[in-house]
Order: sequence, then C-alpha cells, then structure tokens
Amino acid sequence: MSLSTRRSPADISRTNSRSARIWRSAVMSLIAGTASAQSPTNIFDPAGTPAHTAFGLSILVLSVTLVIFLIVAGLLLYALIRFRHRPTDSNREPAQIYGSNQIELSWTVIPILIVVTLFLTTTRVILVTEAIPKPPSAMDVTAIGHQFWWEYNYPKLGVVTANELHVPISDPSSPTPTYLTMSSADVSHSFWVPRLAGKMDLIPNRVNTMWIDPQATGLYLGQCAQYCGTQHAKMLLRVYAQTPQDFATWIEQQKKPAVQDFPGNAAAAEGQTVFMKNACINCHAIKGTVATGRFGPDLTHLASRDTIASGPIQNTPENLRKWVNDPNTLKPGSLMPAMHLNDHDLDVITAYLTQLH
Amino acid sequence: MTTTPVLEAVDETLETQGKPPLNVIYEWLTTVDHKKIGLMYICYALLFLVIGGFEAVLMRIQLAIPNNHFVSPQVFNQLFTMHGTTMVFFMGMPILFGMGNYLVPLMIGARDMAFPRLNAFSFWVSAFAGFLLYFSYIGGSGLYAAGSAPDVGWFAYAPLTSKVFSPGHSTDYWTLAVFLSGIGSIGTALNIVTTILCMRCKGMKMSRMPLLPWLYLVMSGLVFVAVSPLTAAQIMLTFDRYLGAHFFDTQAGGSAILWMHFFWIFGHPEVYVLVLPAFAFANEIIPVFSRKAMFGYPAMVAASVAIGFISLSVWAHHMFTAGLGPAGNTFFVFATMVISVPTGIKIFNWLATIWGGKIIFAVPMMFMVGFLFQFLIAGLTGIMLAAAPFNWQLSASYFVVAHFHYVLVGAIVFSLFGAFYYWYPKVTGKMMDETLGKWHFWLFLIGFHLTFDFMHIPGILGMPRRIYTYEDGRGWNTLNLIVGIGAIFQSVGTLILVYNMIRSYYKGKEAGHDPWDAWTLEWSVPSPPPSYNFAIEPTVNSRRPLWDLKHPEDPDTDYE
Amino acid sequence: MTTITTASRIPIDGPVETPWKLPYRGNVGMACLIIAESAIFIIFVVAYIYYIGKSLSGPTPAQVLELPIFGTICLLSSSIFVHLAVSSLRKENYRATTLHLAITVLLGTIFLATTAKEWYHLIHDEGLTIKTNLFGTTYYSLVGLHATHVVVGLIMLSLTLAFSLAGRVKEEHSEKLEVLSLYWHFVDAVWVVVFLVVYVLGR
Ligand code: HEA
Ligand code: HEA
Ligand code: HEC
Ligand code: CUA
Ligand SMILES: [Cu+2]
Repeated sequence: MSLSTRRSPADISRTNSRSARIWRSAVMSLIAGTASAQSPTNIFDPAGTPAHTAFGLSILVLSVTLVIFLIVAGLLLYALIRFRHRPTDSNREPAQIYGSNQIELSWTVIPILIVVTLFLTTTRVILVTEAIPKPPSAMDVTAIGHQFWWEYNYPKLGVVTANELHVPISDPSSPTPTYLTMSSADVSHSFWVPRLAGKMDLIPNRVNTMWIDPQATGLYLGQCAQYCGTQHAKMLLRVYAQTPQDFATWIEQQKKPAVQDFPGNAAAAEGQTVFMKNACINCHAIKGTVATGRFGPDLTHLASRDTIASGPIQNTPENLRKWVNDPNTLKPGSLMPAMHLNDHDLDVITAYLTQLH
Repeated sequence: MTTTPVLEAVDETLETQGKPPLNVIYEWLTTVDHKKIGLMYICYALLFLVIGGFEAVLMRIQLAIPNNHFVSPQVFNQLFTMHGTTMVFFMGMPILFGMGNYLVPLMIGARDMAFPRLNAFSFWVSAFAGFLLYFSYIGGSGLYAAGSAPDVGWFAYAPLTSKVFSPGHSTDYWTLAVFLSGIGSIGTALNIVTTILCMRCKGMKMSRMPLLPWLYLVMSGLVFVAVSPLTAAQIMLTFDRYLGAHFFDTQAGGSAILWMHFFWIFGHPEVYVLVLPAFAFANEIIPVFSRKAMFGYPAMVAASVAIGFISLSVWAHHMFTAGLGPAGNTFFVFATMVISVPTGIKIFNWLATIWGGKIIFAVPMMFMVGFLFQFLIAGLTGIMLAAAPFNWQLSASYFVVAHFHYVLVGAIVFSLFGAFYYWYPKVTGKMMDETLGKWHFWLFLIGFHLTFDFMHIPGILGMPRRIYTYEDGRGWNTLNLIVGIGAIFQSVGTLILVYNMIRSYYKGKEAGHDPWDAWTLEWSVPSPPPSYNFAIEPTVNSRRPLWDLKHPEDPDTDYE
Repeated sequence: MTTITTASRIPIDGPVETPWKLPYRGNVGMACLIIAESAIFIIFVVAYIYYIGKSLSGPTPAQVLELPIFGTICLLSSSIFVHLAVSSLRKENYRATTLHLAITVLLGTIFLATTAKEWYHLIHDEGLTIKTNLFGTTYYSLVGLHATHVVVGLIMLSLTLAFSLAGRVKEEHSEKLEVLSLYWHFVDAVWVVVFLVVYVLGR
C-alpha cells in the first residue's frame, strides 16, 4: 500500500486510463449503452482522476460480481429445471441429504478469498484518492453549502462567487488539481459532479476535503446529493473547466469590485439606488457597495453567470425580473422571499443586475 | 403417506357475551391470543403496504416525465418520507412480527407466547404509532393550516430535523411514531425470545428447533441492540426540539455526524431484522416444495448468528461520503464485504436443498424462486456499494434506491407473499386460488423488474434520489417512464393478492390440516388452529416430527 | 365435535430426555430487557463521552461537579439488601424480607434525594440547565435517564414492600422478586458506569 500512496494524481490517471480503455467498451454494452452515452452525468464517462480511479475499481467489482452472478444463477437455473417434479415421477420422496462438510467448507472459503481480493483492491483505491499528498501547485477553493445554493471562495485569490465553479484544467504532466475545502452554513449537502469525482458531503460544523482535476475544458454538471430540504432537487452544480489563460482572465474579472457607474444607462443607475435602499443588502453582497449580506449568493458579478439560483434558471433579464418579483414561481421553497416591488422598481433592478458583469 | 394418529378433541373457545358484530369486535380488541394478535399485525401491515405503495405510485407519476408538476416539492418530500417510514416501520416490522407471533408458538409446540398481555400491549402501541404518523397530515403544522406530514426523509439527518429547519410539529409526529413503534418492537422481540427459550415442547432441543424460530431468535436479539439505539436517539432529538438541548445542534457545537452514527447503528441491523424473517420463510418453504430436508442445518444456524453479529459492525457503509477518512472507510469496507460470506452460505445451502429434489412449482415456491434470484442480485449490488470509491459515485443515487428495493421488495416482499400462500390454509382452513396466485406472481414479477431493474441505470447516469423533479437532457427520461409503468403492474398484482385473500376466505377449497404434506408441528393441528393450539402438548424427537410420523421406516432421528 | 389430528403422539417410542426443564421466563424476559436498556444507555454514554470538552461555553464539569460519594454508597449497598430480601424470602423468613425491602427502598430514596439536591444546586447556584451547553445537555440527559430508572425501580420495590407489609409476599413469589432484584442490580451497575464517565472521566 505504501507504494501507491506516494503516487501523484497524474501517475494514477495515466495507469488507469490504459486499463480503463480496455474495459470501457465491455461496460458500455453491459449497462444500456445507448442511454449512458447521452448523459452529461454518467459515472462511467470519467473526465478526472478520482472519477477514473473509481471507474477502474467499478469495472473490477462489476466483473467479479457478474461472474459470481452467472455461476450462482446458472446453477440455480439448472437445478430448478433439472430437478423439477415431473408427472411421470414416482411418488417416492427424493433421497434426503442433510449436509456435507467438505462442500460447505468450500463455499465458505472461496467467498472469503474473493472478499479479501476485493477488499485489498478497494483499499488501494481509497488510499490513492484520499491519502495522497497535496501538490504545491494545487488551487484551493472553499465550498460552502447553503439551503439550495453554493458559495465558492478562492481564499488565496480573494474571489467570492456563487453557484458556478470555475477551475483550471489539470494537465497530467504538471497537475494543477483543485482542492475543495467543504462545509455547510445550515444542513448537510453533498457535492457530486459524476464525471469529475465521487461525492463528498458538506456538513455543518465540520470540514471535509476532496479534489478534482478535470483534464479537458468544458462544463461539468452535477447536483446536490444529500437531501437538504424543499429544493434539494434544484440545487444543481456547474463546474467550468477552463484553460489556464481563460481561468486567469476570469479570476482577474472576478477580483474587481462591482460596476458602479452606468454611463448612458439611467435605469441601471436608478436600479442600484433602489437595490441599496431595499432589504436586498441584508442578504446579498456586492463588492464595493453597502450590500454585504451573506445569507444569499454574492451578486458582484452576477451577469457573468450563465444561470441563476444554482442552475435551473437561465440568466436572462426576463428570468431575473421574474425571480426578483417572486422567487417561488421559479423555485418554490427557495429561501429568498418575494420582495413586493412595484413594476418600475422591478424594471430598474433588473436593469442594474444585468449590468453586473 | 401413512395414516396419522388421530385424537378426539373439543374446541372450547370461550363464548363471549353480546350480539354480533359487537362481540366479535370486543373479542378482537381484548384478545391476548398470539394467533389473533398475529393476524391483527398482518392486517394492519397490509393496510400500510397499500398506503405506502400508493405513495410510491404518486412519486412515480411525478417522476415519469421531466419537469413535471403533478405534486409540489413539499408534497413530494413528504411522500418519500412517509413512504420510507411507513414501509419500514409500519409495514415491514409489523408484518414480520405478525408472522412470527402466529407461527413461532405453533412451530415450537407451545400454547401461546410467554407474555400474552405484553404481546397485546406491543401490538396496540405499534398500531397507535402508525395512526400517529398519519395523524400528522391533519395535525402537522398546527391548527391554522391543513397540517402537513414530516418531510425529513426516513433517516432524518440532523440538523434538518432541528426546530430551526423543521418548524411546526410534523417532525415531532415522526419522532414520536418511530419511538413508539420501537417500544412495540422491543416488547414483541422480548416476547419472542422468551417464548423460544422457555416454552418449547418436550424434546425440542435448540438443535432440533425448526429454522424459522431460530431466525426469529436472532432477529429479536438484533432488535434489542438495534432498535434501542434508535429509541435513545429519538429521546435526544425530542430533548433538542422540546427542551432546547443541543445533541444535534450544530450551532452550539453539536455534531451532525453523531446522528448519522446513531441512526445507522440502528439502520443497518434493521435491514437484517427485516431480511432474517424473509430467510426464515424461505427456510421452511424451499425444503417442503423440494421434498428434501434442509441442507446443512447447523451451518444455516451458524450463518444466521454470524450475520447478526457482523451486521452490528458495518453501519458506517452508509456514511462513506461523510468524510470518515481512509482508516474508517477501509474498516467498514472490510466489515461490510465479510457479511457476504455467511450470506453466501445461505444461498448455497438453499441451492443444495433444491439440488436432487423433486421441485413442485406451487405458488409459494414460485415466489421463493423469485426471492432467490433477486436476493442474489441485490446482494451483489450491495457489494458494489460496499467498495467505497464506487460508493462515492453511487451513494445517494437511484442505484442505492434500486439496491435496497431489490432486497426489500425483491427479497422480503416476495418471500412474504410466498409465506402468505403457504400459511394461508393453516390460518383460514381454506386454500388460496392457484390461478389468481399465478396471475399475482407474474404481474408482480414483471412489475418488479420493470421498476427496479431500470432504476439502477439513472443512478449510474447521475440521478440523485429524493429529487421531486429533474432536468431534461440528462438521459433519464425514458428510464424513469419505464420505472413508473412497472409500479402500475405491481399495484395490479398486489390488488389481485388482496382480492384472492378475501375471495378464498369465502370460496376457497377446504385445506385440511396438512395441505402441503409438510413436516413441522404447525401442520399437525387443525386449520385454523384452536385457541389452545395443541390439545395435548406435543413431544418431538427430531427436527421434522411429521416426517418421522409419515416415514417411520426412515425417520430423521437416525441422522442427527 | 370435530376430529383433529395432533402431534402429541409423535414420539411413538423413544424416551424423551428427562427432565425437560427450560429457563424461567421471568429471568429470560428481564435479561432481554436489560440488554435493550444497556443499548440505550450505551448510546447516551457515547454521546456524553463524545461531547466531553466540546462545549462552546461554560460552566465546565470541573467547575461545578462534585463526587456524589454518599449517594453512590447508598445506591450500591441497596443492591446487597435487595439480594438479602430475596434470600430471606427463599428461606420463608418473611419479616427479614420486609425489613430488607424497606432498607432497599430507603437507600434508593436517599440516592434520589442526593441527585435532586445536586440538580437543585446546579440549576440555582450554577445556572447550568439542559440548554446551557453541550455539557448541560448530555449531563442532565444521562443522569436523568438513570434517575428515571431508579424511580421506576423504587415504585416497583415500594409496591412489593406494601404487599410484604400486608403479608401477601410468600415463598412462591421468590422467583418474581428475583426478577425485580435483577432489574435493581442492573440500575446499580449502570450507575457505576455513569459515575465513572460523568464524575471521573468527564471531570
Ligand atoms: C433487507 C435489506 C437489506 C439487505 C439484506 C442488504 C444487504 C446488503 N447491503 Fe444494503 N441497504 C439496504 C437494505 C439492505 N441491504 C437499505 C434499505 C439501504 C439504504 C438505506 C437508505 O439510504 O435509505 C442499503 C444501503 C446500502 C449501502 C449504502 C449505500 C449508500 O447509501 O451509499 C451499502 C454500502 O455498502 C449496502 C451494502 C449491502 C451489502 C454489502 C449487503 C450484503 O448483506 C449482501 C450480501 C449478499 C450477497 C453478496 C449475495 C450472496 C452471496 C454470495 C453468492 C457469495 C459470494 C459473493 C461474494 C464473495 C461477493 N447497502
Ligand atoms: C419494505 C420497504 C419498501 C417497499 C415494499 C417499497 C416499495 C416500493 N417503493 Fe420504496 N422506499 C423504501 C422502502 C420500500 N419501498 C424506503 C425505505 C425508501 C427511502 C425513503 C427515503 O428516501 O426517505 C423508499 C424510497 C422509494 C423511492 C425513492 C424516492 C426518492 O428518493 O425520491 C421510490 C421511487 O420510485 C420508491 C418506489 C417504490 C415502489 C414503486 C414500490 C413498489 O414495490 C410498491 C408496490 C406496492 C403497491 C403499489 C401497493 C399496492 C397498491 C394498491 C393495492 C392500490 C393502490 C395504488 C394505486 C391506486 C395505484 N421507493
Ligand atoms: C431573506 C434574504 C434575501 C433577500 C432579502 C433577498 N434575497 Fe436574493 N437570494 C436569497 C437567497 C437565499 C438566494 C438563493 C436562492 C436559491 O438559489 O435557492 C437568493 C438569490 C438571488 C439571486 C440569484 C443569485 C444567483 O447567484 O443565482 C438574485 C439575482 C437575487 N437573489 C436578487 C435579489 C434582489 C434584487 C433582492 C432585493 C430586491 C433580493 N435578492 C433580496 C436571499 C435573499
Ligand atoms: Cu443541498 Cu441537497
Ligand atoms: Cu447497511
């Protein structure tokens, strides 16, 4: 075991992708290939090291259990057919057999051996995922679960954002994995982006960690996997894996305070004033303004996000307006109250929010 | 078959005063007869099976298509909480205790349970608990609204259950209902253990006891050590909610993990509490319909006891994603996988019992065949879940839901249905209709596989459990539709069972005392058995007293 | 009149192992109850140990708890007296039974009184309640759960004492009294654990 603990994530992904490739086709046909190919959240379509290693193990476990199934089910089927009562049979009872020590011993020992094998392999994978040292090039993100949305902090970069996590891709030759330090502000949640890694719970009053290292750019989907209340179903996850350059640009943008002047856009300017006068600031933070609330998502760069309310709603002006008017129509049970604004205020706040690039 | 010795006896059931139907109701309400209590348990549980099944069907309608608006998120969350709680505490436990209550004294040659009044008390407490749970629909959130049912999930993770996150009273109904059902279960388990240890008829050494009482003994032992922690945890939760204590209050330094541990210290052994009686039925039915003695009786007993002990040390496999650390994870992976060894022994012994027999595919045996295959698959998906890194992917997904329904429905409910067909003649004196039974079997089998086979795949495709709706474009749509259709088949199958039971009661063939040509003591008394069970206390000399009686030329006594 | 078949004739021949004696169901039932109760106590003890030193605010156990030596001596010695009560009942010495039962009840009551005094002190003088912090939560729950068991035991012992005073407890009841004494021994044994955890380990 000590050997494997010293491997870096990069090594593992290489060794595993080789074996993974061999088995991939087998599994795909095994588990309804058609459906699985189309899903963006297929656990058998890994795109990061932890998901890869788990996938490798899955294949092994699946193969072993499949073989056990075929043997035992085959024997059962054979016995059921071969030893069925036939009308032509005599009425005598079959020979009574009460047991046999050798046979019973064999079907105790063989499973023990299988179990030991499975256990050792599993242990190895646990260690390479959970017990490897963190490389210095790793990036840190603090993820905090809230009832029905995600807060992300980049403590070393001074960036706070919500719902859409941006990470750099990790090149196996110079890995830059992202380490997530996770906790919760209220009840337990769970972070699950199937193509990147297995899930890890975010538990209040406790800190868990996990790491991801997407190897290709793109959007990886997932969702909260621990029941956390009414809108557990719409607590979606979006992880944007970017090239290091794109990621750096994104970070620079996020570091800036929010836009404050809106030349030629009177509605947005008025919207800002209305926002700052309303209760919005008790729950939302907008960097550089009086809004410093922490109960809801940080809105500093709201307009740079594709979706609102942690995924289920496209970030369009119409949706924003609907959301601010009454969040319950879009996400019933969300913890943001309807603010009872008049139409004019709604219009200008929407104008303001759409300017928060 | 040789002629069985016959003895004249008079059934002197006490006549109660009063006019029908009042006297009948009075008699059932005040009865302390283990058979009547057993039947009340079973009827009550069947009612809850239909209610819980109905809730499941509603959930499946909601999930049949993406972004459906059939029920609101709040209602959906109540549905799965009520479905899980009902099925485990008010369907599973009572129905198994009911079967035990009915069968254990008859199989060990006793006239009643050890503590008949405690028995009645336990039943009524459990019955009240079920009532309380559903009363939450009326009384849940106070007087002003229509009330609401608990919506915290059947394992009610802290701190979602605290006053802050679950205001109102619905969670209190859940707590109290589960607490009371626990008291009832402990009472009945105590009764079963005492009955088995102290009331066996002459000659029935432990090594001669049929396997059913043996498994009930292990199951009841597990109840003491499993249900009690749950009771303790419910007391703590009540203190938190009513007295302002901080056991699970994360704001005051309390721990959410502690609740997980306490719940699963109960929860895991609980699933074995549910499955051991299912094994017990298989142990009685499979030999009779294979016409062979149970293969490896001592190994079967040893394996059951081993399962009981090992199951106490595996609970944290429900917490692989809670961040236990490599050491904790490794330990629980090992403990969990080891349980497949004694379980495997059972499967193989059943296989060996069938081997070389003359298998009669009557309805009870058909259900047992379903049980064997489905339990095998369910156990193997359990092994997949036990491999922690695989579990990090599968946990809390529909794969888990598929795994546990494969055991709870595919194994337990199938075994239970088999047991219904097998012992119904004993209970009522009438045979159940074979044709309807076969319809029931096939419809339920097809429905089961449509529902639960296809439920594994959405899990693999990233669908979490307990979501009231899902996005289009995840590749889950068709699968969920098929799953929903399966649920309809299951409902129809279950309705046929209910119809068959009622119809056969009035129109069924006379069963006689031993319709299956079986070997254990309950088949030696009339059907239905008189209230005192045995006119003269029996004495036994082997594990299969009726076999000895029917085959004096080749009695079991020679082989023990 | 119906004709029925029974299994009573099954041992057509072959002697049955004599004597056929099974355990007394009172004892078995009580043993089961004790196992179940132990499991409940274990959970409370685990919660107590888990939360030692995790309170976010005071007071701490070291500041407010004192060793309840006197109460402990009373409770533990009451176990001896309930045992004596059983053995005198076996010997049909009814006056000694009554006396020993009375002493048991008395000692149990003294123990309860010391607990009550301790709680009064904690609540009134130290301001520690179940709401104060994790220590308060776990302390009152664990000690309270034990005290509840003492109360139940005392009620049953007092009833027996009353019957005994009325001269209604006879030798044939000794098995039943023994079952009750088993429960009482259990309550005492739990106290030893509670004492060690709360007053020794946790302080
Ligand atoms: C009666 C009920 C029952 C039974 C019998 C089992 C049996 C098993 N279960 Fe299951 N389980 C549940 C009911 C049950 N389970 C429920 C209700 C849940 C979810 C609760 C919730 O979250 O709501 C759950 C969840 C659950 C999880 C957690 C999933 C998660 O939420 O992350 C795990 C993980 O390890 C698991 C594993 C197992 C294993 C290893 C067995 C083993 O006992 C299986 C052993 C059997 C075999 C392996 C087959 C026969 C053996 C052989 C043929 C021998 C050869 C085989 C080998 C050597 C491998 N179960
Ligand atoms: C013994 C236990 C048991 C049994 C028998 C069942 C039986 C069924 N279960 Fe259940 N289930 C659980 C225990 C059980 N379940 C548990 C513990 C959970 C977890 C809860 C939680 O997450 O908190 C769960 C969760 C659960 C979910 C997941 C919910 C979620 O996570 O969002 C689903 C979804 O499909 C489901 C479906 C079903 C179905 C279709 C059946 C079918 O087999 C039911 C078939 C029976 C019937 C249908 C009854 C007969 C009907 C009639 C006689 C007529 C009335 C019906 C109509 C008018 C249509 N169950
Ligand atoms: C009581 C607290 C509270 C108040 C007051 C409040 N919000 Fe919110 N807001 C939230 C919460 C909580 C969420 C996250 C909801 C979710 O996703 O489930 C949210 C989400 C949002 C979002 C989506 C953010 C994202 O990242 O997806 C916007 C936009 C928003 N609020 C705007 C406003 C505006 C404008 C006001 C004032 C008119 C306001 N909020 C007042 C709590 C509040
Ligand atoms: Cu957050 Cu579920
Ligand atoms: Cu388990």
